[in-house]
Parts: sequence; structure tokens; C-alpha cells
Amino acid sequence: MDLSQGVLAGDRLALARTLSQVENGTAEGRSALSELFPHTGKAHLVGVTGASGTGKSSLVNQLARYYRQPASIYSERASGPPQGEFPRQVAVVAVDPTSPFTGGAILGDRIRMRDLAGDPGVFIRSMATRGSLGGIASATAAVVQVLDAAGYDLILIETVGAGQSEVDIARLAHTTVVVEAPGLGDDIQAIKAGIMEIADVLVVNKADLPGVENTEHALRGSLNLAHPLPHRFMHHGKLEVVPGQQVSPADEEPLWVPPIVRTVALDGTGIPKLVEAITNHRAHLEVTGGWKQRERWRLQTELEILLQNTLMEGFHSRLPTGAYEQALEDMLARRISPFQAVEKLVDSVG
Amino acid sequence: MSERKIRVLIAKPGLDGHDRGAKVVARALRDAGMEVIYTGLRQTPEMIAEAALQEDVDAVGLSILSGAHMALVPRVLELLKANRQERVKVFLGGIVPDEDVPLLLKLGVIGIYGPGTLSDTYVNDIRKAVMVANS
Repeated sequence: MDLSQGVLAGDRLALARTLSQVENGTAEGRSALSELFPHTGKAHLVGVTGASGTGKSSLVNQLARYYRQPASIYSERASGPPQGEFPRQVAVVAVDPTSPFTGGAILGDRIRMRDLAGDPGVFIRSMATRGSLGGIASATAAVVQVLDAAGYDLILIETVGAGQSEVDIARLAHTTVVVEAPGLGDDIQAIKAGIMEIADVLVVNKADLPGVENTEHALRGSLNLAHPLPHRFMHHGKLEVVPGQQVSPADEEPLWVPPIVRTVALDGTGIPKLVEAITNHRAHLEVTGGWKQRERWRLQTELEILLQNTLMEGFHSRLPTGAYEQALEDMLARRISPFQAVEKLVDSVG
Repeated sequence: MSERKIRVLIAKPGLDGHDRGAKVVARALRDAGMEVIYTGLRQTPEMIAEAALQEDVDAVGLSILSGAHMALVPRVLELLKANRQERVKVFLGGIVPDEDVPLLLKLGVIGIYGPGTLSDTYVNDIRKAVMVANS
């Protein structure tokens, strides 16, 4: 059977093989992607990112488990059944780093996801970054498309342990969850550029550890700088009024302020609240038109990357033999600058 | 970009908790440029076969020190076959008595690597077996 037909028919082996072809960038993978593309655009893509050891894999495990069987777990079930529609099938794409020295990788995210074994409505795929530096692999977007076409309506994308600049996930996911844990940094870390800026939902995981108040306080302080709330205070005996970001409610779109959710991924504490926050963010995107905007942004990013890669391949194939190495040698000997080298190479292709 | 990586699943079926050997092998395969999916302790044959399917691996390495290999290994092979994954190569590490080796090899296991095996041995065996399977 044709691979893409198998994917659409729900054949898990065909799906797994298609994912490999797509990841390896083969001609077969490309043609499958083209056939599957019209069937994409239905899934809610949720990115989960954060530093190494904050508990991303364990959180993804609990999230997928809760989405699949919300009634089965947690002390918080006393608060009633979960609200809203739940996905029928959940896919997990877990990314771990490739060694820059050997090209090999240890993909260990499945260790934390053993609760999901045996559920036919869950599909987990591990990916290595294969040289990409943005926290996901360059083929992750394509892999997600295949899973989307296969009918997985919620796709959790776990990035590599991300520091400050691994923010590619924000261009891929509709909803980005940034995971923090107590004891990782002070409030200046929270206002640096990068990963904090891409959060749609903030999680303080390991909330049973000491220091959780400090972490949450630092995050809240950072959020408050971005989304100031109105407040009044006395300053040198004078009443000061800070209007905050509140605009007249009639003519403006509702504003999304990232909620902060405390969780303990090991025992599932806070997971229903996290799911609620993710569901609310989706609803927000749908109401404000942000969903379409993110789709557009995402596809544009993909187009840009593909265009660049294709042009680069074409460029390299048209370069005269040895021109590239010669330019590099000239640079090494300080005969020409990097800019001059580029000019020379571009001219040589004509 | 289009380079084909060998993907290997390393799993510990059964109830013993000695995973040092599995980690050493995982690390050696990584250093040989392979992508190693490490699933950790106490995997059932069903979990292993399901992971091998979802990850579309070329080979599965099982580390068993509990003595249950004659029950676990045939079951994993059977499940791989049921999933139409006969192509996947299975190799063993851990403690396997000499008298069990011929039968396991006959069942289709490509190699059994006990303590002291040089990593080059299994790296080369896996490379060769996967290359043959894919040609």
C-alpha cells in the first residue's frame, strides 16, 4: 500500500515509516508530505519547552494521560469533570540533541512516558535535532504535519532542554508552555529576552520543592512588566495612579496574559489546571483570530526555510569546482574578507 | 539532511534493575553515530514492540540479567513479527548461559554480547545486519 494512503487509513506502521522518510528528507517522504498536506491544519499543536531537568517529559506524560483518561487520576477530580472537548488521539513528538561530534544521539524521553504504553490513541515519536540549534529539529514541522494528517488532534511537541534562545517552538506551536522549576535562577533570568517571551502558559513544576514561592513571584513580576495591571499607590505623599494596560473593553480584543500554573508532574498535581489553561488559550486564539495568524506565521516560516535550503542546494551545485574551497583559503590567509568572499562566489555563479 | 541514521531501541525487559550494561551499550552506539531510543527499566515485551513500531527502529537491543531470556526474547520476536516488523534486528546483552545461545540465534537473534564484549564488535554487527536488511 502507498505510504500516505496507509497513514490516512490509520496504519501505525505506515505512519512510523512515513515519519522516517520525512525525517530523512527522502523523495518518498516529500511525495507523501505533498499528498498528506491537504489533510493537515486540524490539530492543536502544543509546545512544551524549558531548561533540562525541569520535568518536561514527565509533564508531557501526565498531560497525554489526562487528555486520554481524565477521570482516572488526581485528587483534584473532586472539582468535577473536565470542561470542554477532549482530543480523540494524542501524539507526542519528543526532541533530544544530536551529538555535534559523532552525529549520534540518546533519545531518552520515553523513559518518563511509560504510563502511555498500551494506549492505541497515543503515538510517541522521538527525534534527534540532527544539527538544528533552535530546540527542535528542522524536520519537526514536517513530522508534525504527518501526525496531523493521520488524525492526531492534539500534538505535544517537547523541545530539547532549552536555555534562553531555543525559541523555534514558538513558530511551530499554537500554544507554547514554558516549564520552570524552583531554584534555577533569580528574577533577572525571568526578564531576559528569549524563552520567557514565548510563553503562552507558564508552569512552575516540582511545586512541592522549597523555593516555589520565589520562582512564582519572579515569574509574576516579569509578567507584570509586560502586562501591567492598574494600581494606585502613595509616592512622596502623593497619590499615583498607574492605569495599566486596561483599555476600554468595548473596542479591543481580549488580552492574553500567560497564566502561571503550579504542577507536580510526578503525582499529577495541577495537571487539570494546566489542561484548562491550554484549552483557554486555544479558545482565546479562536476568538481573536490569533489561530489563523499563527497558522500563517508557521507556514511562512516553513516556506522561508525550504526556500533557503533549496536555493542553497542549487547555488552549491552551480558553483565552479573548487571555488568554495579557494574562497575559504583566501579568507584563512586574510587575503579577502568574508564579505568579499561572498561577493566573489555569488559573481562566479552569475 | 538526507543522511540515513541507524535507529536502535535499547530496552530492559523483565524485573531486574541492573541497567549499567544497557547504558554502556547505548552510549557506545551513540558514539558510533546512531540514534538510540532508551526506554529504561521494567519494559514488557508489548511495550518494547510498540515502541519499536512507533520509532521505526532498525534494531532492538535487550538487556536481561534476570535469567528470563528464554521467555522474554521469543515473545518480543513474536510481537515484532505480528507488527510486520520482521526487518528489525534483535540483539542481546546481559547474562545468557552458553547452552541457550544456539536456540536464541536460531530464533533470529543476531548476536549475544555478554560482559567484556568490545563495543566495536556489536557496533559492526549491527551496522552490517541493518545494511543487509535495507539493501
